Amino acid sequence: MPFAIRCTDLRKTYPGKPPVEAVRGVDLAIAEGECFGVLGPNGAGKTTTIEILEGLIEPTAGEVEILGMNWGRQGPEIRQRIGISLQETQFSDNLTVRETLNLFRSFYPRGLEVGATIARVGLEEKSRAWIKHLSGGQRQRLAIAVALIGDPALLFLDEPTTGLDPHSRRQLWAIIGDCRRQGRTTLLTTHYMEEAERLCDRVAVVDQGRVIACGPPRELIARLGGNHVVEFSVACAAGAAQPPEFWSDLPSVVNCRAEGDSFHLSVMEPQCLLPALVERLEQRGWRLSNLVTRQASLDDVFVVLTGRAIQHAEKENA
Amino acid sequence: MSELRPASVVRAHPLASLIGARVREFWREPSAIFWVYVFPLILVGALGVAFRERPVGPFSVVVQSGAQAATIQRTLSRDSRFRVRILDAPTSRQWLQTGRAELLVVPSSRTSNDPLGGSADGGSEKGSPGEFESCAYQYDPTQANSVLARQLADDALQRAALRRDAIVVHDQPVVEPGSRYIDFLVPGLLGMGLLGGGMWGVGFAIVDMRLRKLLKRYLATPMKRRHFLGAVMASRLLFTIPEALALLVCARLLFGVTSQGGYGPVALLILLGACQFSGIGLLVASRARTIETVSGLMNAVMLPMWIGSGIFFSTDRFPESVQPFLSLLPLTPLIQALRGVMLENASLWTLGPQLGMIVLWGAVTFVLALRWFRWN
Repeated sequence: MPFAIRCTDLRKTYPGKPPVEAVRGVDLAIAEGECFGVLGPNGAGKTTTIEILEGLIEPTAGEVEILGMNWGRQGPEIRQRIGISLQETQFSDNLTVRETLNLFRSFYPRGLEVGATIARVGLEEKSRAWIKHLSGGQRQRLAIAVALIGDPALLFLDEPTTGLDPHSRRQLWAIIGDCRRQGRTTLLTTHYMEEAERLCDRVAVVDQGRVIACGPPRELIARLGGNHVVEFSVACAAGAAQPPEFWSDLPSVVNCRAEGDSFHLSVMEPQCLLPALVERLEQRGWRLSNLVTRQASLDDVFVVLTGRAIQHAEKENA
Repeated sequence: MSELRPASVVRAHPLASLIGARVREFWREPSAIFWVYVFPLILVGALGVAFRERPVGPFSVVVQSGAQAATIQRTLSRDSRFRVRILDAPTSRQWLQTGRAELLVVPSSRTSNDPLGGSADGGSEKGSPGEFESCAYQYDPTQANSVLARQLADDALQRAALRRDAIVVHDQPVVEPGSRYIDFLVPGLLGMGLLGGGMWGVGFAIVDMRLRKLLKRYLATPMKRRHFLGAVMASRLLFTIPEALALLVCARLLFGVTSQGGYGPVALLILLGACQFSGIGLLVASRARTIETVSGLMNAVMLPMWIGSGIFFSTDRFPESVQPFLSLLPLTPLIQALRGVMLENASLWTLGPQLGMIVLWGAVTFVLALRWFRWN
């Protein structure tokens, strides 16, 4: 299978006291036509990794191959075949959407027609509007249009929906979904698990500069051992003080953890667990104060793999 | 997705579209228009009016009230350059001290047997010998106008007292275009505009693009770096044309300022100056990563030239010891050359040293800027 992106043992250390190891040995192999997500908390090294792949940052060590080419020897050829949306680029405020796309179109020997690209991202009505008058979601759609204008075989999108409202996010998901259907390989970074689950064929979960898990989202979730999560809290102090392992012998439970004052149990079949859970609580005379059952998500994968919730990991990195 | 087929339309040349984008961005930024085009014109208007050619004076002269005050007032009033008032002693002193009067004339107080005392209407057309015996002048010897007023008043009073001049002199007033302050100022403002244009139009603009990550975004495309830098330089030269034209036309229409050496050499100097300051602007912007850094650097570069390169007044006013440093500033040779052409009809050959300095500054800064330039 031909690879659109391949990198081995990618490392990036920023000099300083102490030196910052942003990327500590990342291996990725992304097939042509795949939509691949790099997932992780802020500060995990996602942007550094993607910018090395985009040829914008020199790696400290490691090999990178893009569309079978090498940045050192074939930089200009690679540039013509990839499209990039950086994390928060501010295009010139005083140019219109169409002017911006015309400008970027002129850099590519072959590419898409500007008007059609504007239509594709749903900005027809704004094509003559100055960029300073666009909303956050419209700017982000413009960034994707600019990434697409050279008709790239490979698309890099760095946090394409961060900071957007749910409606704008859904619009962008639809656009990214289209790109994937057109056979463009897409590499996107995100810290929204939901986004990765929805868009990506495969995801790599990154934490502290390393890939800690990689695979199709459903598979990663299944690897937890259970597709469902049962969350509950116990109203009395004695029950709440129990270690999470206290619940591990209940039927169908594959993983237990405590989060705040509630317990999260990963289970195969919630319908088997629930009667047993209620029975145990009744035996002890403890009262259930809260009960939720839901599908397991990549959030759960992250917590199980790192022992930390993703929000906590972001606070640490900040 | 049929509408997303690769298009085979003819695309614009990247250099042309980059220049087009820069020009549009600039024209759509009202503050840029103001500072680059309107501000220099306001400066020409304001300074031209403030320093317009006018006869010396009028001088405000106060005569302390006393026996001969009225005679002195009448004598001085014959010269239209004097505004003469008679005030009592405390008031007249106060006028002098507060600068409302340039000169205070105190008639002497030998009143008792003053031969002409009290002859309030005794002053004839020419005055008469011995009309005043003595008076005192009070003035500020450090103020040119006060010294001048004292000199002129003294002449008038001495003549009225029938002083005979020892030699015969003739005054021949000369008012030539090119010798006025506005003629001196316009080349200075041209140079200042080029300096500011290079700093704001190149230096600030590039740092702004770096902050917006636009430089990085350009770098991520197949755009050639020389096209980008070429477009920044070319658009700067384009903006220079209306900028210099507005200033020259405005100065000509309002104040009749012309170039003695013609406009061809002036245009060449403007072009060289624009290139020079684009190079310096590029150097200032080559590594700066924040607006604060670039603003500080720009001020550090511009301020010494605003003061020391002779925009508003001649550099000769600075002490001899600092002259070598002033002549090393990049704006100094440009303004000298512009004044040479516009005021003295100097040929470009005689301005060789200045032209050499301009080219050297431009070339060295441009090369250094390219070497240090930070795209990310």
